[in-house]
Amino acid sequence: MLILTVNLLIKRSHPYIPNSLPEIKKEMMREIGTESIDELYADIPEKYRLKKPLKLPEALSEFEVKKQVEGLLSKNKTCSDMPVFLGAGCWPHYVPAVVKEIVQRSELLTSYTPYQSEISQGMLQTLFEYQSMICELTGMEVANCSLYDWSSALGEASRMAARLTRRNEILVPKIVHPERLATLQVYAEPAGIIIKQVAYNKETGQISLEDFRNKISDKTAAVYIENPSYLGFVETQVDEMSRAAHAHGALFIVGVDPTSLGILKPPGDYDADIVVGEAQPLGNAMNFGGPLLGIFACRDDLKVIRQMPGRIIGMTTTLDGNGQGFCMALQTREQHIRREKATSNVCTNEALCAVASAVYMALLGPEGLLELGDTIMYKANYAIHLLSKIDGVKAPVFKSTHFKEFTVNFDGARLSVKDVHEKLLERGIHGGKNLSKEFPELGKTALYCVTEIHSEEEIERLATALEEILAGGEKRHV
Amino acid sequence: MFKQANWNERLIFNLGRKGRRGHVSPKAEEKIKRIVGDVNMLIPMSMQRKSQPKLPELSEVEIVRHFTRLSQMNYGIDSGLYPLGSCTMKYNPKINELLANLPAINMVHPYQAEGTVQGILEILYKLERWLAEITGTYEVCLQPAAGAHGEFLGTSLMRAYHKLNGEIEKRREIIVPDSAHGTNPASAVMAGFNVVVVPSDEDGCVSIEALKTAVSERTAGLMLTNPNTLGIFEKNIEEIAKIVHEAGGLLYYDGANLNAILGKARPGDMGFDIVHMNIHKTFGTPHGGGGPGAGPVGVSEELAKFLPVPRIVFDGESYHLDYGRPHSVGKMRSFYGNVAVLLKAYAYILSLGFEGLKEVAEVSVLNANYLAKKLEKIKGLTLPYGGEKPRKHECVLSAKHLKSETDISALNVAKRLLDYGLHAPTIYFPAIVNEALMIEPTETFEKEELDRFVEAMRKICEEAYTNPEVVLKAPHNTAVSRLDEVKASHPRTMALSWRMHRKKNEQNL
Repeated sequence: MLILTVNLLIKRSHPYIPNSLPEIKKEMMREIGTESIDELYADIPEKYRLKKPLKLPEALSEFEVKKQVEGLLSKNKTCSDMPVFLGAGCWPHYVPAVVKEIVQRSELLTSYTPYQSEISQGMLQTLFEYQSMICELTGMEVANCSLYDWSSALGEASRMAARLTRRNEILVPKIVHPERLATLQVYAEPAGIIIKQVAYNKETGQISLEDFRNKISDKTAAVYIENPSYLGFVETQVDEMSRAAHAHGALFIVGVDPTSLGILKPPGDYDADIVVGEAQPLGNAMNFGGPLLGIFACRDDLKVIRQMPGRIIGMTTTLDGNGQGFCMALQTREQHIRREKATSNVCTNEALCAVASAVYMALLGPEGLLELGDTIMYKANYAIHLLSKIDGVKAPVFKSTHFKEFTVNFDGARLSVKDVHEKLLERGIHGGKNLSKEFPELGKTALYCVTEIHSEEEIERLATALEEILAGGEKRHV
Repeated sequence: MFKQANWNERLIFNLGRKGRRGHVSPKAEEKIKRIVGDVNMLIPMSMQRKSQPKLPELSEVEIVRHFTRLSQMNYGIDSGLYPLGSCTMKYNPKINELLANLPAINMVHPYQAEGTVQGILEILYKLERWLAEITGTYEVCLQPAAGAHGEFLGTSLMRAYHKLNGEIEKRREIIVPDSAHGTNPASAVMAGFNVVVVPSDEDGCVSIEALKTAVSERTAGLMLTNPNTLGIFEKNIEEIAKIVHEAGGLLYYDGANLNAILGKARPGDMGFDIVHMNIHKTFGTPHGGGGPGAGPVGVSEELAKFLPVPRIVFDGESYHLDYGRPHSVGKMRSFYGNVAVLLKAYAYILSLGFEGLKEVAEVSVLNANYLAKKLEKIKGLTLPYGGEKPRKHECVLSAKHLKSETDISALNVAKRLLDYGLHAPTIYFPAIVNEALMIEPTETFEKEELDRFVEAMRKICEEAYTNPEVVLKAPHNTAVSRLDEVKASHPRTMALSWRMHRKKNEQNL
């Protein structure tokens, strides 16, 4: 009898729920004068109370959970199983051990948004340092402590520009990530913002200044460019475009991959008003595309700052003036105070990813960031060098400087991008992203990405494999 | 008594020494350098960075120490009770962290060929099915990165639905109760709607009379939290649903408070057309100081065609990403969602099963009612909207009497709680309660910790009458004393980055 009771108790007390022990529940119910748990649910109309168990799995022990999830995940192939030459908005980079260690510090990991600043100084100072380092990197003066990703950051930027200028058109390059464009549409359309795409130069991929001048007008709220562009090349006409945008009273918004900013001119140097971008490469793993980390930075102009979306951490002092501290600033922009008049509905953001990026930027320092940029550019351009020598391959499509991504065209080969891709996979190599549907005008083209994690040997393996595949492919068809 | 660490840790920019470094990235091989030539020559002069970014220069050792010290100046759920109302601060199981940090998920690219990502697709597909089952919805989309992002998807779905019906020009209004989370009205505006606010009645529920007056042919939908932010179940939900649906509107469920009804009742059964869930609340994933979370959205069969692309589909053999949805609203963000977070939710549901999830709800409700009953007995505190009605996951107390009798406000009480090594509740929300203290204990904390909280509240209220100075000047035991939040937002003193701080200092010299 005793054994049975003990077993029952153990079974009924879940490790995550200390008060699930029946005798505690009884004790608590007695104290509040309740007969049963059901009494506490008596106000839910009878017809809505669940009558039968939901179709959910049986609870498993921790060991079994681990075994099952690991078993499922083992069906995935990863960047360590095979070289993966994919980028396009999420990039394979090395995440240093220190980053992983710090983001698992449970005082940071398990804390909420730092509403109570005095007990949350660790998180607040770290986020302030993140904002500050993003400013240094981008050449801007104010950054928020994160948005969801580059795409949603662009969406927010378009709405902010429309509010500031009271205009409703945004110019966006024709060469832009289709998912980013689709996200921008979801954010922009309800605010009455019209997206106009600007053509590119067929030779260089650079934005066509002619088309740009035709489209910019006194209706333009913002001009948006990306650097490097979605297809990996450096946009060089930034000063002209920035000047033209400002001459028309429009804002200049620049999207960045921050790993390029050790070597490329920061947007602050060409008078960007808002900088958006993706900070996943700064210390965050790919995780099948999420979480990501949206960068959002702007100039030190109160009018602009007051329209910013998202959480911003500010430096302050203690009330007695004796100590330094940090707290959330300008909360009157935010939904929990301003409700329908808020600058955005964003609440939960990607704070812990920002912590990872802060640690990463600190680890690299100015010298390390410069070296990272150099390494990426060397390796990507080495891949371009090898691939462009292969019969039937043109790499890159555009005559411009490429940073870490580049287009590879197979028009000179019999095989489609998909065929090439599948044959690479058979050889244990994951090729780039197929652009055939996104940019039909570029023919049989894929977008390849090379970063510091790709070794000389892996890049050469890719070249050799492509050479074999294309040679073989031609033979079969002749 | 509790005493938080204070390392007087300087800003990272003021630490280290020129030339120190914390990490060495891989270098390009010599052969590559030889063949490519000087990489700087490839970049046009006009696009080269002229001066290095002023990032800090520290060794690895110093960086680890800096951030470890900072972490010790922070309070998390692993430190103690965290009763923030509507935030559902529950335990974040360690096994889930371990699983979400495996290379088999960390090192997977979202555009990898479907054949190489079957494991994670299966997990996401099953999670969608489980969440649909839990919420009583037809299909679930995992894409939104946060609860508010899910709300924005929800209001975008309303927009798409009324657009397809040719009524979007007419249906411009979304109705929200006055007790709603601030994200609700903000999300309505994000999707281009106007906001109509309906008041609560004397029971703390949506006033049916006011709702009847508010609905019209202009109504796009109603956003409702149930149980609401007072912790009270909207018992008239059937009538509410009928009123909104008969007016041609859609019913939206704000899932911030789903924890109370897990395995007990389902929004879909109550007539909700769109439901968002906060994975980082109800499903035990960490808040990380403000994110990342995940805000999946479940919908009725009628609305499924509007969900963002891609949809994960299973053909009986393998999993695929389906982009062929002509009515889809498009994309809320890049890729498929905060996958590393969603993976933890999958493991969480596996660890609890149906019985466990139901237990989560029941114990969270028991804990909230226990606190409500204990706290309302404390002099200075009251439980507005009736002490007889059971609360669900949270309860909202008022420090109105305390304030009028002692001048000690809800804010003062909150700050003093920190001195006891307890986090403060949500304060001044919902706005319909004066001097509100909104308390959600969740199922996580044992009776002993709940009693410690009650005892701390009792002592603080007693101090308010006998020694108000100590409460007014709180906190005393945190890393820093009370901060000047006004200064942080004042144009003259505002410093939102180190760069801005330097500039302000120079100006003031």
